[in-house]
Amino acid sequence: MAIIINDETRVVVQGMTGNQGSFHTGQMLLYGTKVVAGTSPSKAGQVHQGLPVFASVREAVVERGANASIIFVPAAGAKDAAFEAIDAGCSVVVMIPEHVPVQDSILIVEYARFKGAKVIGPNTFGLISPGKSKMGIMPNHIYKPGPVGLVARSGTLSYEIAAALTNAGLGQTTAVGMGGDPVVGQVFNDVLHEFERDPETKACVLVGEIGGSAEEEAAEFIKTMTKPVVAYLAGRAAPPGKRMGHAGAIIERGRGTLESKRMALEAAGATVVEMPWEVASAVKKLLG
Amino acid sequence: MKLYEYLAKGRLQAHGIPVPPGKLCQTADEVAEAVKEISPAAVKAQVLVGGRGKAGGIKFAQNPEEGRKVASEILGMNLKGYTVEQVYVEGKIDVEREFYVSVTVDRNARRPLIMASAHGGVEIEDVEDKYIVRRHVDEAFGMQPFLARDIAAEMGLTGDIQKQVAQILLKLYEVFRTEDAELVEINPLVVSQGKVIAADARLNLDDAALFRHQGLPEVAEGTPLEQRVKEIGLAFVELDGDIAVMANGAGMAMATLDALQHYGGRPANFLDAGGGASVEPTAQAMGVLVDMNPKAIFVNIFGGITRCDDVANAIVQVKKTRGIPVPLVVRLVGTNEQEGVDILRREGIDAFREMSEAAQKAVAVAGEGR
Repeated sequence: MAIIINDETRVVVQGMTGNQGSFHTGQMLLYGTKVVAGTSPSKAGQVHQGLPVFASVREAVVERGANASIIFVPAAGAKDAAFEAIDAGCSVVVMIPEHVPVQDSILIVEYARFKGAKVIGPNTFGLISPGKSKMGIMPNHIYKPGPVGLVARSGTLSYEIAAALTNAGLGQTTAVGMGGDPVVGQVFNDVLHEFERDPETKACVLVGEIGGSAEEEAAEFIKTMTKPVVAYLAGRAAPPGKRMGHAGAIIERGRGTLESKRMALEAAGATVVEMPWEVASAVKKLLG
Repeated sequence: MKLYEYLAKGRLQAHGIPVPPGKLCQTADEVAEAVKEISPAAVKAQVLVGGRGKAGGIKFAQNPEEGRKVASEILGMNLKGYTVEQVYVEGKIDVEREFYVSVTVDRNARRPLIMASAHGGVEIEDVEDKYIVRRHVDEAFGMQPFLARDIAAEMGLTGDIQKQVAQILLKLYEVFRTEDAELVEINPLVVSQGKVIAADARLNLDDAALFRHQGLPEVAEGTPLEQRVKEIGLAFVELDGDIAVMANGAGMAMATLDALQHYGGRPANFLDAGGGASVEPTAQAMGVLVDMNPKAIFVNIFGGITRCDDVANAIVQVKKTRGIPVPLVVRLVGTNEQEGVDILRREGIDAFREMSEAAQKAVAVAGEGR
């Protein structure tokens, strides 16, 4: 099994005909994702990457049975795209764009709650259930199926850790990108709940960073989890008041420090490692 | 983007929140002129740092002569690294009570959060939790007047003051929404002769939403180097060490700094070269690192969407066109790794596979560490 997406996930790509959308549609098809259609209001009726292009998500749902959407439209149009996908009945909406206004994200998350949809991101690399389905922009070759559930804020750092897990013989059930923005649809807590319920996930890896308190909130749930959790937290060397690339990665007024996250996670029973290259061996040890 | 106090107050006033009379001035003469109309006055440095008062950036004037004198002291002074180029001359208010009100985004609840306290002022950070009222707003339905009344009552306010504060809370939420704010804060919100007035204000706008707000004056934030890299379109922060760092992806860049520090090195900067950067921006970023004149440069790349050969070509381009006069340590793995390693090797640059080994090496060549 896997969480959130699997081989029954039928994907519509919003903004498929743009540069990024087009490239990653190709990559997802190569990976074996069931991409069934794309949308583009100006290119409806055309065929792109061998797939039909529709004017609306609703058509992709009705005509091609799409049940999930991945969004590659520019940030200014991201809110409209997400509302359209949720309204059309997509149960999973992956939002790749960065620089989505936070007030737009708040409304998207409210609407998703109301309609029972799962929004991943914005500003996420997406998610992948190795061997089954990939909705995202991560490289295809670094994952393999296995027992580890991975959830991270940051793309490249999670690739580093996923590759190290794979090299150590530890495949993944699903790897989820929470997204680097202050407001995102699925936080560590939500994803860990899914991993706890998933029978094939035997251990979880959480890749966090400074800023916000999603790690502290996750710690509350980790206390009750039956599965072991290994955490790596980035941003030890970051000074307060400076935004470290991600809109969410900033230590403000003493909140969101690495130390408070580490203490909360350790108190909850998680193994917190100092450096990213220590994750795989820590997982191996816990799985015995 | 943080707005200067005078701009923030201008926005509050536009939404109907009372603020003291004020005038923006660039010279001592202008200040003297302004104090003729506004007296007694506070002359306040317009810089984006906290604690201006304690640092000597706020002074008072009873008459034009005093205005000229304090203006000449403040204008041009260095306030926590920023040169004061403008002052805001503002009517001094007799403060009877100080409150605190703000609207911000609660990331965990994923909703706007209103915070309010009857114990406002400079010590707000130390105010006990029980004296701070916290209420979320369901943005799908918006702010409701009852919520503003509730909050004002829970602050312990009564009568006309309660009514005024409730009105201000409604308007403050309107500012938060319509201006696309990340934070709008009034501290202190003061009671002066029976009227509730915003004595100081912070308004931080969401950079991602600036496309909806044309015509705002550019507020230069960060060091000159940070501003330069921002123009290239990359995320960059100057730190106080001397190993210059480039990595791809924000999390990876943070982890790279942590690794250097772990081995006793001192990183000079945070630089996210992007998750899928091509040759040209990567070469520009390398150029910035060379300009920083560090003791060593550390490039840490996990090629996913980023291609290792692109990164290698960028490094070689910088080496050939302008030279890299300091030790360079490169860690390169992932997509097109072998091509990248070969390109570097032809130029006499070795690449590491392991991040830990590379970080140790970078610390060693910089002459730092244990």
